[in-house]
Amino acid sequence: MKISILSIYIFVVMTSVSCGQEPKNEVKVPENMVFTTETVVDGIPIPWGMAFLPDGAMLITEKSGELIHFKDGSKTVIGNVPEVYVRGQGGLLDVELHPDYKNNGWLYLSYSSAEGDDKGGNTAIMRARLKDNKLVDVQQLYKATPNTSKGQHFGSRLEFDNEGYLYFSIGERGDRDINPQNIGRDGGKIYRVKDDGSIPSDNPFVGTDGAKTAIYSYGHRNPQGLAKHPETGEIWDHEHGPRGGDEINIIAKGKNYGWPVVTYGINYSGTPITDKTEMEGMEAPIHYWVPSIAPSGMAFVTSDKYADWKGSLLVGSLSFQYLERLVLDGTKVVAREKLLADMGRVRSVRQGPDGLIYVGVEGKGIVKLVPKN
Amino acid sequence: MKYLLLPYLSLVLFLGFFLPQDKELEESMERGRDIYTDFCVQCHLENGEGVAGTFPPLAKSDYLMEKRKESIRGIKYGQQGEIVVNGETYNNMMMPLGLTDGEVADVMNYITHTWGNSTDITTTVEEVAAIHKN
Repeated sequence: MKISILSIYIFVVMTSVSCGQEPKNEVKVPENMVFTTETVVDGIPIPWGMAFLPDGAMLITEKSGELIHFKDGSKTVIGNVPEVYVRGQGGLLDVELHPDYKNNGWLYLSYSSAEGDDKGGNTAIMRARLKDNKLVDVQQLYKATPNTSKGQHFGSRLEFDNEGYLYFSIGERGDRDINPQNIGRDGGKIYRVKDDGSIPSDNPFVGTDGAKTAIYSYGHRNPQGLAKHPETGEIWDHEHGPRGGDEINIIAKGKNYGWPVVTYGINYSGTPITDKTEMEGMEAPIHYWVPSIAPSGMAFVTSDKYADWKGSLLVGSLSFQYLERLVLDGTKVVAREKLLADMGRVRSVRQGPDGLIYVGVEGKGIVKLVPKN
Repeated sequence: MKYLLLPYLSLVLFLGFFLPQDKELEESMERGRDIYTDFCVQCHLENGEGVAGTFPPLAKSDYLMEKRKESIRGIKYGQQGEIVVNGETYNNMMMPLGLTDGEVADVMNYITHTWGNSTDITTTVEEVAAIHKN
């Protein structure tokens, strides 16, 4: 009797696992590649983030702590970059320009910082201006607490919305049972601040006792993708799930995205985290990946440079080492394409001011997708 | 009684010599397991099996067990470029993890003594400290 219960249990579990993803969500290699590749910047171990300056230069964050300025074929390392806590997934992370960079010169960086009394580090956000190849007017806007020597889940992407608010993500720092569901603690959150770091008065947890008021949404695991939808202006994220269960979410004010109460993923050991994939009061992802692709970097295609790509979403895959194009119908993923197969771990992706797609590949540098005519 | 004295003394000597070492190794492995869970498991997975063609296995890995120096260097400074593990070629990148020498020794002790791996060698902080970037 016991054996039959066990076998029924195994059957049910295996069936639900194997049927977790509908077949239409399989990733396919397109028959005709609409582009060729060209290496724009080489010799960058981990190009975590990039931004395009108005004068045609590019800023690239290298994870171990260098901010690289690239123009006309030459690289310059920018000085006065804050000291970063390089451990595990931590380091110098994303870079983003103020929407009005042309006039105010503000650039924003996210990084892991050991600042504070306790051992370890946590994610910090700062802004500064660039002058004579140095950062000046440096202002730290946020520093998550407490520090921990854990190596994982720092976040941390930066994105501005149409109203000029800055969004950033901080992962749960390896403390899934403590951080993501507690709005009194940092980690496992997406934050919203004004461009100077102050808290908007209509942030969802302003006035809530004990809450970190910069929090905009919670219940996240480790979002390493954040992008503004070109038409709706909404902020989309993607986040690393555990084994299986990477997600794409549309970020809404004050919402709970469920980690670790609901997830499509399981522990790395294969044991379950929860049997729930949805729950009242928790937002369901618009897409999830099983198996995990380990997503990093996210960009919507808004240019007409690549056949029918306009409106689709590009996401880097670290574990499977390719660039994924998700074809969208509104908020529904209707097809997945595998691009840049086996080029390396894709860490970041951006559409440049020229409408072309630039991809940060680990161990290589920045690769440009050149449309075939 | 006299006959028992010699075996007794040798046993005491034997235990006195080997037990502390074993205990040290055990404690190092214990700490190494925590490091593994924190920094390594995402790619090399729970039982060190890795992902064929992408993340090399650690369990029963000829590279790990035979190329100690290279393995320690990889953990200490990160790994890039082609390596051959159990006859399969891997060309991926492991970022520098930011571990202390002691933590590198601990995680080495854990991965070289589990999942069917075994060795008489205990990795020490001194051994890790002596290995340089290239």
